[in-house]
Formats: sequence, structure tokens, C-alpha cells
Amino acid sequence: MKVVVCIKQIPDPATPYTLEEGTNWLVRPDEQILDDGDRYGVEVGLQIAEANEGTVTLVSMGPSGNGQGVRQALAMGADKAILIEDDALRGSDALTTARALAAAIKEEGFDLIIAGTESTDGYSGVVPQMMAELLGVPALTYATKVEAGEGSVTIHRQTNAGYDVVNAALPALVAVTAGVVEPRYPTFKGIMDAKKKPVDNLSVADLGIEVTSDQTVASIAEATARTAGQKIEDEGEAHLAIVALLEERKVI
Amino acid sequence: MANIFVLVEQEGDGPTTLGLELLAKARTLGEVTAVYVGTGAGVDVLGEHGAARVLQTDPGDRLPAGPVAEALAERVSAESPDLILFGQAYTDRDIAGRLAARLGVGVLSNASDVRLVEGGVETDHEILGGSQIATARASRGPFIVLVRPKSFVAESTGGNAPTVEELVLPAAGSAEATVSESHVEEREGPQLGDASIIVSGGRGLGSAEAYELIERLAKQLGAATGATRAIVDSGWVPYAKQVGQTGKTVKPDVYIAAGVSGAMQHMVGMKDSKTIIAINKDPDAPIFSVADLGVVGDVHDVLPKLIEALEAR
Ligand SMILES: Cc1cc2nc3c(=O)[nH]c(=O)nc-3n(C[C@H](O)[C@H](O)[C@H](O)COP(=O)(O)OP(=O)(O)OC[C@H]3O[C@@H](n4cnc5c(N)ncnc54)[C@H](O)[C@@H]3O)c2cc1C
Ligand SMILES: Nc1ncnc2c1ncn2[C@@H]1O[C@H](COP(=O)(O)O)[C@@H](O)[C@H]1O
Repeated sequence: MKVVVCIKQIPDPATPYTLEEGTNWLVRPDEQILDDGDRYGVEVGLQIAEANEGTVTLVSMGPSGNGQGVRQALAMGADKAILIEDDALRGSDALTTARALAAAIKEEGFDLIIAGTESTDGYSGVVPQMMAELLGVPALTYATKVEAGEGSVTIHRQTNAGYDVVNAALPALVAVTAGVVEPRYPTFKGIMDAKKKPVDNLSVADLGIEVTSDQTVASIAEATARTAGQKIEDEGEAHLAIVALLEERKVI
Repeated sequence: MANIFVLVEQEGDGPTTLGLELLAKARTLGEVTAVYVGTGAGVDVLGEHGAARVLQTDPGDRLPAGPVAEALAERVSAESPDLILFGQAYTDRDIAGRLAARLGVGVLSNASDVRLVEGGVETDHEILGGSQIATARASRGPFIVLVRPKSFVAESTGGNAPTVEELVLPAAGSAEATVSESHVEEREGPQLGDASIIVSGGRGLGSAEAYELIERLAKQLGAATGATRAIVDSGWVPYAKQVGQTGKTVKPDVYIAAGVSGAMQHMVGMKDSKTIIAINKDPDAPIFSVADLGVVGDVHDVLPKLIEALEAR
């Protein structure tokens, strides 16, 4: 089974994000990490490939920097990676991103595509659905459990009330939620092997896609910040202050 | 007059609150068509909230996104609405993404407000944990905007019964997904989205068992129970309880956070609550920066005493 996992490299969320003067695009440093949400996608992809004598190809779009995030996913066990990088793709909207990823995936061939539910830095949350539409396959989204076998895939799809069981024939796309599995840590051997794995680089011209982003960030303003109220140290009586406030707000 | 389409999902016997919030906004922008996904129960409520027309569609056991996006794309091409509003919710997002790809346009996600402007649309987005507001513009329609829950207030205007048309779905093809079972996870008491009081717990509770303190306090207050992603991921409580960026957005009268650090992604979902009370043993926990009352203390001391005091009333 041919599994493709979409992974995004992002600036470390533990560092403060900065925006580029003029465009207000996120500044992407050389040093980026594998989006935590996509670590789950890689793990799901690896488990399915292992159970079905399959292979895992990673696809990532964006400034690759030192490529550390992609190498981490290769070290977890993926077989190869495709990096899409092109100045023309800077500031891409979700559709252009989906077009680039879908074109590369189509060229590569696939039975199953795995993506995350939303990226940590962009969280448009629609790139997977767009890719599925462009490739003419179903998108099984918000997956908290994934099982794939010969020719079909079944997931638990999170709903407001609980979950639905959703099935489809392959080829298909599955978007997983974080927490779905425990992502493995790369082993020393994995890290060494990753250095020898094939990495293909593609540009917009290679993919033959149209870049149509029409979205701009017009301005950024400070939100009206909420101010901290009273802070008290509990010396055994703090619950009384809570009761008093609840009374004052007339909820008890 | 502008022509506005709004996607509204049905849940149980009527439209979701999120759908009604979108209608409240849409009717200030123009003439409203609600695209109603479900069996059609409660269709009059859409009229009461300002929809002049309803395009009703029932996907049955088909996963809605594929067929609904295909049928809707045809309507959009035929009628050229000025704006198509969706809620930031599961099925809404799926339909919006597929529809946009079909039409060859972008999507403005996570909007907290939307305006029709000369040459396009303008949307506001809370970024960097809600500390800043980015205003985005798009110039190439049809414009598809995903709006965060609780951005607008659902309010009936007592409008007339809408005209109802069926949005006919394409025949089922092999390249689509089917829903074979639906499971409802135990729900007790008020639901998160609608509750006027919410008690949420985080990793500071220390164990899954200690979440019982949250439940007991909620029971005393008639409150809904919420959670951080940390304890949802740890399997202490179901995902349905998660508050935050990837969970629910809530705006109750009172939000009590116990053992919650106040990560950006959690705060973006609750910082607009009217009154916030936080209990955390770390005096520097970020949650205190938004709390009207911050108690620096141990949840295992404060919560049992608080529950006891309320029980005694
Ligand atoms: C893309 C993305 C999306 C996310 N979406 C969400 C989301 O929707 N919702 C969400 O909640 N999180 C979300 N997160 C996770 C978020 O970043 C935090 O990791 C999470 O909110 C932390 O949960 P917590 O406060 O329970 O745990 P912690 O951050 O571990 O905090 C526990 C707190 O409890 C306090 N404490 C410990 N013991 C006690 C005690 N005995 N008494 C009192 N206090 C005590 C500690 O001082 C600490 O402040 C997201 C993260 C990412 C990357
Ligand atoms: N630039 C990208 N490169 C690779 N995968 C991406 C990219 N952008 C989005 N994705 C995939 O789509 C998912 C949802 O992202 P988003 O729609 O940006 O919230 C992510 O978890 C990734 O799996």
C-alpha cells in the first residue's frame, strides 16, 4: 500500500512568532520543527504501511530551511520525502497550498493520504479537504482512530456528540486529530538511516500549478486586552472569596 | 441588496446555535439563503432568524461534504452569491474546503467578523492567542468565510416562514465516504456551548479520578464541565469537553478554571467569558492574566471546601 503523509515544518511554537514588515506573513526561520499535529499523521501512516506491506512518502511545502522537521519524520521511519519550495509560493493561501501538495501527490501516486486536522501556525483547517477535492477522493476527517486494509479505510470521526464510524474505498484521504496514537521517537539507527533517504525537490514549474492567492493581511491591531483582577493567596479561606463573587454575579 | 448564503447544520430536531449565530450576522448584510443540511426538522426556525429562503438537503448516511459541495457549487455558479458563510465546525469546514477547491477560490478561516467592502470582503481574525486582531482582505469571489462560534449572538427576529427548496444531491459515487454508525458519548447536565456557567479542569488536577471534583462543583452550580487539551489527550475526559482553539469556543457568564495553566490555545476559547475565576498553585500561571479572581492555591484544598460551602447553602 502506498501511503503519503503531508507534513508541515513550522517555527517552534515555544518561541514568539514574528510577522514580516509589509506583508504581515509569518517569519520562517531556518530552524523549524515538525508540526506536532503532523507527528501523529506520520505515526498513523507508518502503522498502516507496516500492517499492509506499504511505503510512506512524505510531502511538505514551504521554505525547507535546514530541513530538520522533515528529517525527524524520515528518522521515525518514512521512506522518502518530496519538498516543494518556490519563492512564488510565499504567502500562499490554502487553495494554492492544496494545489501544490495535490499535484505532487498525484505525480507520486497513492492509495492513502494522511494529513493533520489543522496546522499549528496556519490553522486554516481546510487544506486536506481541498486536496481531496482536487484529487477526486473522499476526505475522512477528524479521525480519532484509523484502520486501513486491502482496498478500504475505516475511521472514527469526531462529532459534537461523540463519534461516527465512517468508511470509504481506497484511494482516500484521512485527516487525523492529535492524540490519536502515541508518535514514536526516532531511534539512533533511524536518525542515521534518514541521512541516506531520498529527498526530491520540486518547484512550481515542475508541478505546473496555478498560483492564485488573492488574500492579503491588510492590518494588525492590538486586541482589547482583558485586565487581571484580584489575586489572592489561599490560606484556607479562599473558597469564601469565590462564593462571594458567585453571589455578586447572581449565579448562586 | 447583497445575496448571502449561510450553511446551517441540523443537530437533533433543529438548527445548531452556530448556524443561528451566522444568520444573525448574515441578515445585517443582505438577503439570506440558508443551506440546511439535515432531515429538515425545525426549518421554520431559520425563517424566524432571518432566512428568506432555505435550500434543504439530506445526505442520509453519506458523509455530507462531497455531495453537498458538488450540489452547492452548481447553485453558487448559477446564483453568484456575494458571500457564503460557514461556521468553524466539523462538517461546515469539510464542505467549505471542497466547495472552495471546486470553485477555485480561497477560504478565509477562523474569522471573528466579516464585512462586504469595495472590491471584496474583509474579515477579522484573532491571532497570537487572541492578543492581536489581523484584518484580511480577499478580492476574488465567490467569497467563502469560516466564522468562529460565538462571534455573533443568535437572536430570533420573528421572521416569516421561509420558502423551502430542495438542494438535490448528485447520485452516490464510489469515491465517497459512508457513515455506518453514530455514537453519542455520555452527556449529563448542560452542554458546553450553551451553558451559562462552566467549570473546567486541567492537568493540575493530577489524575483522571480528581476530575470528579470538577463534576461535583459543576453539579452544585448547574454548570457544564470543560477541559484542557492536555487532559483530553491523556484520556481523562472525552474530546467533547475540550475548550480552546481546537475545541469549543465558550462565552459563559462564569468560567472557573482549576489546575489550568492558561496556554494561548486554551485562552482563545474562553477569554471572552464574562467572569473568569482561576485556581492554580503557580502564582505566575498565565491564566491569572485574564482572571477576575485568581486564587493561588492547591485545587485539592480549594475545590473540596468550595463544594462543601455550596452544598451547605
Ligand atoms: C495546535 C494546537 C492546538 C491546541 N489546542 C488546544 C485547545 O483547543 N485547548 C487546550 O486546552 N489546549 C490546546 N492546546 C494545548 C495547549 O498548548 C496546552 O498544552 C494545554 O492547554 C495545557 O493544558 P493544562 O493547562 O491542563 O496543562 P498544563 O499546561 O500542564 O498546566 C497545568 C497547570 O496546573 C497547575 N497545577 C499543578 N498542580 C496543581 C494543583 N495541585 N493545584 C492547582 N494547580 C496546579 C500548574 O501550575 C499548571 O499551571 C493546543 C496546542 C496546539 C499546539
Ligand atoms: N505547507 C504544507 N505542507 C505539507 N502539509 C501541509 C501544508 N499545509 C497544510 N498541510 C497539511 O494539512 C493539514 C491542515 O493544515 P491547515 O489546513 O493549514 O490547517 C496539516 O496538518 C498538514 O498535514
